[in-house]
Amino acid sequence: MYNKGTIIPGLILFVLIVMSPVLYNGLKAGVVPTPEPPPGGQKQCVLPAKEMKDTHMQLLNEWRDEVLRHDDRVMVEVDGKKYRKGLQTTCMQCHTSKEKFCDSCHEYASVKPYCWDCHLTPAQAASKKETH
Amino acid sequence: MSSDSCAGSIEEGDALMDNERRKFLKIAGISALAGIGAPAIAKLTTTAAYAAPQHEEAAKAAEAGAEEDAVSGKQYGMVIDMRKFIEQPELLDQAIAACALAHNVPEFPPDKQKSEIKWIWKTPFENAFTEESFTHLAKNIEEAEFPVLCNHCAHPSCVRVCPTKATFKQKDNGIVAMDYHRCIGCRFCMAACPYGARSFNWEDPRPYVKTYNPNFPTRMRGVVEKCNFCGERLALGQQPACVEACKGSGAMVFGDINDEKSEVRQVLAKEFTIQRKPSAGTKPSVFYIV
Repeated sequence: MYNKGTIIPGLILFVLIVMSPVLYNGLKAGVVPTPEPPPGGQKQCVLPAKEMKDTHMQLLNEWRDEVLRHDDRVMVEVDGKKYRKGLQTTCMQCHTSKEKFCDSCHEYASVKPYCWDCHLTPAQAASKKETH
Repeated sequence: MSSDSCAGSIEEGDALMDNERRKFLKIAGISALAGIGAPAIAKLTTTAAYAAPQHEEAAKAAEAGAEEDAVSGKQYGMVIDMRKFIEQPELLDQAIAACALAHNVPEFPPDKQKSEIKWIWKTPFENAFTEESFTHLAKNIEEAEFPVLCNHCAHPSCVRVCPTKATFKQKDNGIVAMDYHRCIGCRFCMAACPYGARSFNWEDPRPYVKTYNPNFPTRMRGVVEKCNFCGERLALGQQPACVEACKGSGAMVFGDINDEKSEVRQVLAKEFTIQRKPSAGTKPSVFYIV
């Protein structure tokens, strides 16, 4: 092998640099977050918790397209309870804190959804309440 | 080129090569032409065969359409009775306030009117009805403030120009809707709308929203917005916010203008109404009793 002396140390250095964030955190991914369960004590969601964890983003996109593009605002019925299709109007009614619920995982996973550019978090909605 | 550069030494071979190259280029050129031209020719000749009956059909449809468009499905519309608004000018303020509250419409201070967001707003007669004559206008009409809003046209020009289909005509109720998730803020629709019913968010609207309706989103900087005929309220069986605000006065009547039995059609059948800029050909769904 030619230039062994530079290639091998170079490769080792490269691997070290690439792994530096992992090594910096001591080979651990940090404490896995636990999003706050609904403060109101609701146990039932539109889907089982496992499925919501995996696919809530798809569900939200489906709801969005059904409501906005197809004007299909028929309520979703789960175990006799009816839910409107909506982030602000449904999800955040039980999960009353975006900071303690949504953000806990999104920050951990470094996901930056743009929902809140337009949609109001419960805290924001309460900041300018109707007075009369 | 090559024969010039290596002149003399292998003239014979060079001449042979040139000949082959010339031939090759000719064949390549002809085949390229044929390859590009053939599909076009094929297309032209095949469509010509059934183009004539198609045109006839289109002509027939256009003829029928000239009388009355083939009515299919709902088309929500509105009749605005200016006699009532002139009588009770405060009604319009109530309607505008109700709309702003329902949809988190911001209100910009006078020094920021460039950023103004309009869903339903006031305008004088000559601005609303530019095609009407307004010489020697009746005093009460001249002084009146006309409520204007998105006309939810049957043939909306804004929908035709939207490159992302962020604005579209809803199949079930004829509402010209906006999907703010898709809007890229190109403002083609603003240029296309003959009524100026669309506003662009030049800046973040949130600081200028007075009170939040927790059940409706705001918009963000960089999207175009407009009246949605309260699609979200209709779904809950309610009337549009502006119509509800003047409830009891009959100043605004809302309903399906394709349904002969609807309240709006009853009013339209009885009263003489005008529409804004009918010559634009967009078939607006908002009618005015002046």
